[in-house]
This record gives sequence, structure tokens and C-alpha cells, in this order.
Amino acid sequence: MLPAVLTMVGLAAAAGFAAALAARRSQREQTRLIDEIDALLPQTQCGRCTFTGCRPYATALANGEADINQCPPGGHATAAALAKLLGREPRPVDPRFGSVPVRPLVAWIDESACIGCVKCIQACPVDAIVGASKFMHTVIAAQCTGCELCIPPCPVDCIVMRPAPT
Amino acid sequence: MPFATAPAPHVVAPSSVGRVMRQVLYALVPTVALHVVFFGPGLLIQLALGIATALLCEAAALRLRGKPLPPFLLDGSAIITAVLLALCLPPLAPWWLVVSGVAFAILLAKHLFGGLGANPFNPAMVGYAVLLVSFPARLLQWLPPHVAGIQPADLSLLETLTTILTGSPPARLTWDAITSPTPLDALRTDLALGMTMGEAHARAMFSTFGGKGWEWINLATLAGGGWLLARRIIRWHIPVAMLGTLFVCASIMSAADPGAYAGPLFHLTSGASLLGAFFIATDPVSAATSDRGRLIYGAGIGVLTYVIRTWGGYPDGVAFAVLIMNLAVPLIDRYTIPRIYGHAR
Amino acid sequence: MATSRIRGGLRLNAHKERSTQHALRPASAVDSLVLPLDQHAGVPALPLVKAGDHVTLGQPIAEPGGEISAWLHSPASGTVAAIEPRPAPHRMGAPALSIVIANDRRDERYSAASPASFEQQSPEQLRETIGRGGIVGLGGAVFPTAAKLRSAADTSGLRLLLNGAECEPYISCDDMLMRERARDIVFGARVLLHALPAQTCVIAIEDDTPQTATALRSSIAEAHDERIRLREVATLYPAGGEKQLITTIFGVEVPHDGLPADVSTMCLNVGTAAAVAQWIRDAQPLTSRIVTVTGDGVLEQRNLDVPLGTPMAALIYDCGGYTGRMSRLIMGGSMMGQALPHDQLPVIKATNCIVAASALDLQPRGPEMPCIRCGNCSAVCPAILLPQQLHWYALARDLPALETYGLMDCIECGCCDYVCPSQIPLAERFRDMKPALSEQLTARASADAARTRFDARTARLERVERERDAVLARKRQELARKS
Repeated sequence: MLPAVLTMVGLAAAAGFAAALAARRSQREQTRLIDEIDALLPQTQCGRCTFTGCRPYATALANGEADINQCPPGGHATAAALAKLLGREPRPVDPRFGSVPVRPLVAWIDESACIGCVKCIQACPVDAIVGASKFMHTVIAAQCTGCELCIPPCPVDCIVMRPAPT
Repeated sequence: MPFATAPAPHVVAPSSVGRVMRQVLYALVPTVALHVVFFGPGLLIQLALGIATALLCEAAALRLRGKPLPPFLLDGSAIITAVLLALCLPPLAPWWLVVSGVAFAILLAKHLFGGLGANPFNPAMVGYAVLLVSFPARLLQWLPPHVAGIQPADLSLLETLTTILTGSPPARLTWDAITSPTPLDALRTDLALGMTMGEAHARAMFSTFGGKGWEWINLATLAGGGWLLARRIIRWHIPVAMLGTLFVCASIMSAADPGAYAGPLFHLTSGASLLGAFFIATDPVSAATSDRGRLIYGAGIGVLTYVIRTWGGYPDGVAFAVLIMNLAVPLIDRYTIPRIYGHAR
Repeated sequence: MATSRIRGGLRLNAHKERSTQHALRPASAVDSLVLPLDQHAGVPALPLVKAGDHVTLGQPIAEPGGEISAWLHSPASGTVAAIEPRPAPHRMGAPALSIVIANDRRDERYSAASPASFEQQSPEQLRETIGRGGIVGLGGAVFPTAAKLRSAADTSGLRLLLNGAECEPYISCDDMLMRERARDIVFGARVLLHALPAQTCVIAIEDDTPQTATALRSSIAEAHDERIRLREVATLYPAGGEKQLITTIFGVEVPHDGLPADVSTMCLNVGTAAAVAQWIRDAQPLTSRIVTVTGDGVLEQRNLDVPLGTPMAALIYDCGGYTGRMSRLIMGGSMMGQALPHDQLPVIKATNCIVAASALDLQPRGPEMPCIRCGNCSAVCPAILLPQQLHWYALARDLPALETYGLMDCIECGCCDYVCPSQIPLAERFRDMKPALSEQLTARASADAARTRFDARTARLERVERERDAVLARKRQELARKS
């Protein structure tokens, strides 16, 4: 009786120890995980998730410092995909981080109001605005990710969001 | 003038699930016929009980799940489960054995998982496994075959019926007088008692390859299976892999020690080898998906059948081998996705 | 090693005997011809005429609207009745902007300058000339031929493959073309060899029509051109699919994310080659095409040479009218053809066949049952897919899994549909899921591009800051030295 009990307890302990060892990720695996998470993110680089870009959010997710429902541009599909990848409970996007866009939006500069101050060009994380100081600025719609970071810096409030051209 | 539209393709082969299942049933007719010839009419009563139970359980389950009764009730899948299970049970088994086995198979192994097309395990084998584990002694009470050199106790049809329905033999006989082990069971017991293969094979029930009577039944099964292959109802991968692996394992072991291990032809013609290869393992729902996956699946069943028969706790290993490989199917499928046209190797 | 048959596929009853019994004849003239401007792949053509203009047969009436577009020519002489939206067959009857021509039945031809002999033009000039004939792929894809030729222009060792393997049941227009106008095809082959340029040409046909083989062989012999060869392939559906044919003839696979040019092959339909011949040799642009009118629902089954824009109802009338058994009107063949809501739709460049199907022709599906995982579908799939798994994941709308199992590689041939015992409409399910997956793949591609731009910008800002720090550090050092 006693030897059997001791054997079972010993085996269970050994298995648990092995599992705990396997659960610790190596450094390289951690980087690979961050890459995999980043591949699921929409690369809007908007900061609505409270991190300074998509990759910092991916890093935080990998370290367990963020939740999977913080990305409104990715929508519920991205939240579900992140949940599946990380083995967490799937949840819809938390509205406190922003509303999920119904259709893709791109920024549009009203050229009649633009004063050529380059503040929006500096703000765009993906260099989708063309222009120079005292020259007309315009958004390259095909490259705009819809992050809306150009809207606050504009001193004349001439940038609006419009549905992306198909 | 306006016309009704429909999506392409506008022609499909006139096939149906019912048609496929019916062909499988036709292919089993020779097996059933020879079984009755050698072991008496007990099987027919088991079949009647089994099919009735299957249809009742199927109807009840469909009702509970809110599915329409036609076309599911008569698509033949439940009937096949009942027939396969009845073929695995002794002809004089009490009625509650086949009824509970079939009920378990249909209700728990099939409908609980989602019904037609959704069961991960072969329902007939689940039913059989449950019965084998719960009532091992009952399942080993087979009959001696009606062949020259063996005098089975002859039960009339009425006596057979009453034996099955009451669970006890007619007054003039005892169980010992009626029953006899299967060739696999007999071999196992004799080898465990220390006899050699030659001595064990000297029993009256054995002939050239396997057991008398059993050889013919297996031949009928082979013919039925061949017919299914010719009609393209089943594909060759699973039967060939399973029988091939069984043959190879048995050849290797019997070549190494002919006294202790039965030869390949014995294994191929005994127990449920051929029935398993052509009718049980080929159940498409619980088998692997791609051709390569099916070869691995069949080979696994062959190996496990041999292992369980030779070193395991049961005389025949087909049922458990199939169930274990059913477990492995998702893994097999994951690693045997065929290379798609135009993609790199 | 080139194999002679495709992987998977089905042996189907071709149903071509009745429609190939009669010789080709022109369709009867009609009063009004409707020409949708978007009847080719790519950007719609732009009208060159306006309502009220007089036009002649062969006159250009619309020019290419972009890089991938095609010319459109008038198929009759008469007046432009209108340029307005009209029901179009390639939109299932929904309207498309079309030029409507009132036929004056005088067949006045447009006089154009006789083109220089094709051998005197450079390949680039010849490609442009071919484009001006309004030539598009007549196998059904209607891709502008000039653009297709241009895309392979710098490929070395290019081989030309002319696809005469008309594998889909009911369609026999290419077969009739090869029997009666084999010379045109061979001439077209020679023009295309010069235009690509390429050194060899294989004309591929199925092996069940000896008449066709004979006709082509004698025309090839007549042309005394050793670069052109005839090859027969096993008669199976879909042996004539572009990728399948290339693999059968040349033994190489077209990469899933590439084009036939990536394996040094240019595949065109025999009808396209014949159209090229008529334009280059006879100055006749693409204004008509051979259409098979067949099916138990029409009295006379035959092939007609039809001016583009002819209503399909007129073709049926031309063939004796509907029989009492007429049930479904299909543009195309029985496996991939589109069922049309009515017959007041014009013949377009893509119309290779009209099947007036009756109950005898149709084998409709039974009620759908759950998939029993029999594997019949993967046994016949020419693209080596697992339609069974695609079906499961399509039900779950699991886009990543559909991508893994190759949904975008499905050629929608319908073979899996045909053999399914559970009567599941597989091809339709896959067609439905493709746009969603395509959208997701596009979104992923643009996210990857955005990531690249973001990383480049971050790198640039860091570099600018480093350079600024270096400049300031140097300045500090200088000031320190001076003091």
C-alpha cells in the first residue's frame, strides 16, 4: 500500500516539475511569440491600446501585462485570434479603449484650409502624409492606417476621417 | 421568358448516403449467410433485436435533437452499426447484451457527439468495447461450428429464440454443453497453459489456416470487401494497410518462434480481422482524412490488433485497436495534409 | 517527366455528339446588338462613340480604360441607339453600361489600313497591334490578350501552349473551330510565337475526337512550321484547366502565388489564336465568336458563329426554339456554367456555350446531409485539396484554417460536388467564402506594408537623432578645445 502511494506521489511530483520547467519560455521563444502576436495586429500604430505602437502592445501581451481586448482597429476578430494564440478566454473589444470601426477609415486633409505647418506629417507613424513646410499636405489614402494621430496636432483642424476608397 | 436559377455544378452523381450504406449492407450478406450456416440462426435473432433497437434509439435521439426523422432514420448508418455489433456477439448471447450495446453505440457514441458524420469513435466498436469490459464471460461463450468432426448441440429455432430471450439455455442442456471458445480464445488459453502452437492447433476446431467454419466466413467477408472496393464505396488504403501490417507482424513473430506465435494466415482469417479491415476500420467518419493518413491509420490498427491479441488481455484486439487509432486521427490528420498543387514541398 | 493525365478529375459524358453533327454557320442577323463595356477582365472600356453616331462593321467603338483593358469593335453596321445600362449575363442579369447598336443589316465594313505583315513588326509592335483588335482570352477568362502577352515579355525560353482541351461537358465551340478553321489556329500560333516571342508551340487537345486531331495535323503540316506540335491528353474533366494542362503537357506546376510565365509558359485558348489570325491576317477585329447552342431544351443543337451583342433568345430562335422540356438556361457548361434568370441577355466575348437544359440534362442535388468524411472529394480534386476539411472550416467560417487548407487554390471545377454522397454544394460554399478570405489576405498584406513603413520611419528618426547628437558632441569638443 505505502510503496504504491509513494510511487504515485513521486510520479506526480516529477511530472509537475517537468511541466513547470517546460512552461518557462526561453528568450528566443519569447521573441518568436512577440512576432506571432504582432503578425495578428493590424499595424495601425494608433496607441489606443495605451501602448506606443503595435509591437509594444505585442510585447506586453507576451509578458502577460496586457489583455487581448485592447485593440479597436483590429476588431473582435483580432481579439478572438489573440485569445486563441495565447490560450486565454476570448472576449469582445473593451469599449474603454475605443470603438471598433464599422468600415475602414482614412484621413483626409481639406486642402483649402491647410496652412503647411508639417505638424501632421511629423505625427503620422507610417509617413502616409506627403508635403513640406509651407507646401500643400495631402494624405496618401492607400497608405493611411486610420490611426487618427494626425488630427489633434493640426492647428486649423482641417483633417477629417472618411471611408477608405475601395 | 424567366427561368429558375441554381448554382453550378448543374449535374451531380446520383449518389446518396443511403445508397452508400445500402451497398455496405449488401456486401455483408454473404458473411451473415455463412455465419448462419455454421453457427445456426442465433445471429438472425440478434440482428432483428439489434436493428430494432438501433432504429428506435436513432428515432428517439433525432427527436430529442430536433432533427427531422427522414432522411436520417433510414440512411442506413444505424442499421450498419447494429449489424456489425451483432456479428461480433456470440449467436446465443442474451437479448439484453445486443440491445444495451446497440443503445450505447447509437445514443452515446453517435448522437451525443453530434450524430451522422460527427462521431470521433466507431460506434459499433464503442458498443462492443463497453460490453466486453462489462460482461467479458458472456462475450466469450461462442458456439462450435457445424462442420465435419465437431458435434455441436443442435438447438432448434424455437430453442435458440428462448435461449436468447431468457438468457438461459434450454432445460436439456447446460452452457458448457452448448458453448465453445473461438479459435483465438482457444489458442490463447492453450498457449497460456504451456502448449505449443502445434499442440494447440491439433484441436478439432482448427483446420489449415484458422478455425473451421471461420475460414469460410472470413472468405465471404473478403468477397464482400472486394466487391465494395470494386464499386469504389471504400478505398484500398485502410484494408491493405491493416491486413498488410498484421501479416508482417505475424510473419516476423512466427518466423522467430513458430511454437509460440501463430502464423500470418491464421491471424488474417481469425476473429474480426477481415470484417475489421473492410467494414469496421473503413468507417469513414472516424477514420483519417487523407490517403497517407489512412495508410498510417490502417497500419496502426494492424499493429495494435496483433499486439493485443498476442500480449494483451483479450483474445481479439480489433475493437480496441480501432478505438485507439480513432483517438489518434486528429494527430494523424494534422501531419498528413497533402501538398497542394502549386505549393512548395 | 510530362504525364499524360491530370490528377483526380472525372470521366463525364461529354454530350457533344449532337452539337457537332452540323457544320458551323453564321447566326441569323438581329435588329439590336447590346455590347457591355465591361465584358473583359480589368477596367471597363471607354466609349468612343455617342448615341446617334453611324458605325460600320469592325469600327472601334470603345477604347481601353486602363492598363488592363480592351478595345471593343462594332459587330454590325448601323447606328448607336444608346449608351445605357442594360442587363448583362456576366452580372446574372444586373445592368452594366452597354453600347446598343441598331443593325441596318447592310454589313458595311470599316475600312482600315492594311497592317504590315506580322513578321515585319517587332514583338512589341505586334503585341500592341494584337491589342487593337480587341482580342481577349476566349476560353472564358476574357483577359486582355495584349496585356497577357506583355506580362511575359521578358521571360526567356517561353513556350506557347494553345489550349484546345475542351473538357467541360456540352461545350463544343472549340472543337468545331479546330475542325473547320484549323488553319486560323495555326496562323494564330505563328503570330503569337513572333509576338511573345517564343520558340515552341504545343496545341493540346483531348484524345476522344480523332476528327479534330486530323484537321489540326494537316494544317500544321501545311504550314511547314516545325515549331508547332500537336499533343493529345487523356479525356478527363478538367483536363483543360490552365494549370492542369500545363502540368500534364510540361510536367511542371504553376506556383500558387505566381503565373504560368514563372514556369516559362504562356497558355492561350485556341479561339484566341484564331481571333488573332483573323485580325492580323484579314484585318477583322473581334466582333463575333462561335457559340454552342445545346441541351435537350432547344430543338436543334449546333454551333453558330455569332456577332457579339446578339440576344441569347435570338440564338434559341435560330435553332428552332425551345422544346416543351426547357427548364434552365446556362451560360457555359454543366459543371461551371452560370444559370441565367432569362434569355434577354446578349452574347458577350465570354459566351462560349448556351445550354438550354431540361430535366434530362440536369441532375439536381438531393437534400443535403452531414458530411460522412468518405474522402471521394479529395480523390477527385485536381488541385490536390481536401474539400472535406474546407467544408468543415467553411461552416465554422474559420478563415485562418481555410487559408491553411488552400481555399484560394480551389479552381471551382465542381468535381468534389459531383461525387459527394451527402449532396453538399461544396463548390458554392467555397465560392461564398473566397471573398471573405481574400479580404483578410489583403488586409494582412496592407498591415505588413504599414509595419514596414513604421519601422522605416522609426529607423529614420533614430538616425536623425543620432546624427544630431554627433554634431552637437563635435561642437562641444571644439568649444572645449578653444577655451
